[in-house]
Amino acid sequence: MAPTREQQHWMYRNMVTSRKFEEAIAGIYFEGKTPVFSMADGPIPGEMHLSDGQEPVAVGVCAHLNAGDVVTATHRPHHQAIAKGVDLDKMAAEIFGKKTGLSGGRGGHMHLFDADVNFACSGIIAQGMGPAVGAALSRKMQNKPGVAVAFVGEGAVNQGGWHEAMNLAATWNLPFVCVIEDNAWGISVSKEDSTAISNNAERASAYGMPGIRIADNDPYAIFEAAGEAISQAREGNGPSLIEVETYRLAGHFMGDAEGYRPEGEKDALFEKDPIPKMRAKMLADGMAGEAELETIEAEAAARVEAAIKFARDSADPAPEDALTSVFA
Amino acid sequence: MNKPNERKLTIARAMAEAVAQEMRVDPSVFVMGEDIGKLGGVYGNTRGLLEEFGAERIRDTPISETAFIGAAVGAAQDGMRPVVELMFVDFFGVCFDAIYNLMAKNIYFSGGNFKVPMVLMTSTGGGYSDAGQHSQCLYGTFAHLPGMKVVCPSNAYDAKGLMTAAMRDDSPVVYMYHKSLQGMGWLATEPGATVHTPEESYTLEIGKAKVVREGTDVTIVSVGMGVHHALKAAAQLEEKGTSAEVVDLVSLVPLDRDTIRKSVAKTGRLIVVDEDYMSYGVSGEVIASVTEHDISVLKAAPKRVAYPDVPIPFARVMEQYCLPNPDKIVAAFDGMNAA
Ligand SMILES: Cc1ncc(C[n+]2csc(CCOP(=O)(O)OP(=O)(O)O)c2C)c(N)n1
Repeated sequence: MAPTREQQHWMYRNMVTSRKFEEAIAGIYFEGKTPVFSMADGPIPGEMHLSDGQEPVAVGVCAHLNAGDVVTATHRPHHQAIAKGVDLDKMAAEIFGKKTGLSGGRGGHMHLFDADVNFACSGIIAQGMGPAVGAALSRKMQNKPGVAVAFVGEGAVNQGGWHEAMNLAATWNLPFVCVIEDNAWGISVSKEDSTAISNNAERASAYGMPGIRIADNDPYAIFEAAGEAISQAREGNGPSLIEVETYRLAGHFMGDAEGYRPEGEKDALFEKDPIPKMRAKMLADGMAGEAELETIEAEAAARVEAAIKFARDSADPAPEDALTSVFA
Repeated sequence: MNKPNERKLTIARAMAEAVAQEMRVDPSVFVMGEDIGKLGGVYGNTRGLLEEFGAERIRDTPISETAFIGAAVGAAQDGMRPVVELMFVDFFGVCFDAIYNLMAKNIYFSGGNFKVPMVLMTSTGGGYSDAGQHSQCLYGTFAHLPGMKVVCPSNAYDAKGLMTAAMRDDSPVVYMYHKSLQGMGWLATEPGATVHTPEESYTLEIGKAKVVREGTDVTIVSVGMGVHHALKAAAQLEEKGTSAEVVDLVSLVPLDRDTIRKSVAKTGRLIVVDEDYMSYGVSGEVIASVTEHDISVLKAAPKRVAYPDVPIPFARVMEQYCLPNPDKIVAAFDGMNAA
């Protein structure tokens, strides 16, 4: 099942929007933090995990989801949020800690929550699994349509919570899909040094569910595998697992000197940047013309610029707002 | 005053030095945790160890806290002395069973026939907008559950001595270090934590508080980062003619109630500063230690300057509003006198 022309345009638009959003954040992040890097300062304080390079996973999966479906994201959530349709203005404002943000500045970049599109995050590794499985259970019990997708990193698959949730999803035959973004690194520890098998999709067999590994960050193959898994889930045929070989083009977090990466790895990754690759393929396949792609790119840039401006221009929360929203 | 021959270290370097010195003399000591090898620990406290001791004894782990903290318990019972790191104390939720049902209880359950000589080191604290899953202190949570000693240095001298003592202790020790005290430039760094640290190995007694500033009018009790707020508040109070005594708890378990009581008996007033949540925590415990012993020593009701009982918000203005600071301590003292 190849993506239609329209779906390809949607995928490309969201990949570009995500990349431009990250570029904007990266450009602003060090404001006020130099000359000596100080994480506490500037318009975007705190840790910042960029997802440059991992966009194909988010768009390939979310192309099959609607606002009613549930996504739980990771500590590296921007591409997933954008592809799921999280409001970009409010998301930017949240990342800037503004009153107009998704959570009025309470959550910040690792804790993006948008009830309108059923999107939630956790900064604790693998802890999106349980809630996604629970959402899938709830859909089943209420006879409500929809699937739940948990995105995790390859490092997360070594958490006990991951295995427990996989077993529940399979035992209860839930409309659930786990998508592993394998960028080969958990901060400074390589997959090789942390994980007993190289292909996490094989772990699916331990839970009696289908598992597939997709090579080379290929948005078309991801689209196809996710389409299959999500329609299986929608039809009541149970959960599945998808692991994607993807690439983290940035450091683990902004400020990461990446001394752990083997020499030359980064350069090689940039040659595999999925965005120019998809662009070239769409042109070669006649799926888009140069002018159309330029329009998409310009629109994405304008959209991001507007969101960043909205965030910058928004007011801070009142300090004492910190004391509200503790209970419903 | 610093003398020219005094060597100053950050807490991060003091911790790493203590571990290295102990590893040289005790082959049963090893370190494991996430990113503690090549990266040298996110907070720098294992820097240089991989180069000296190799990957067998300085072991990067998968993100599998339940397994590696549980494994440390097993290794400790079997003759090793593991030092394990839980990168942020906030992550205890995924592995707490290994901590409070295994690490903390196996000595007791075995009637003392098993020893559990391990150190669980973990970072605490916020102030740099990392939001509610990466900024907590949770001192009270760990101190509440019996069977583990809990220490929390406020400066590099104490950090080194406590680490050495913790590694030599046959009981499990939770070693909580505040991020802002590590001397990592990228975190809101408190310069007062970087102090003279002797080169030779030494220990600090676990369970002993320190009077870090003498005074006569009010006792300010705190731990970790709060000690620095307390010292700054004491300097402000001095300008207004008030003499504040500052007690650094250093250890939360065992808690040195005698030192607290002696100080309050002298000053008659008590303020407790705690970056952990206010309710059910260290601040209440310190106050109870005084009041249930002899309430007559108090000239005024004790006060707490602690984190309000809300999750820690991301936005800077909201987080700073909630955190303890010297001005809030001074205000607490003023409120005490007005009452
Ligand atoms: C339970 C828990 N342990 C440790 C961490 C610290 N941590 C944050 S990201 C990370 C690496 C995650 O690697 P992976 O799951 O592969 O995702 P990636 O960062 O590569 O996207 C670690 C160890 C955490 N947030 N939660």
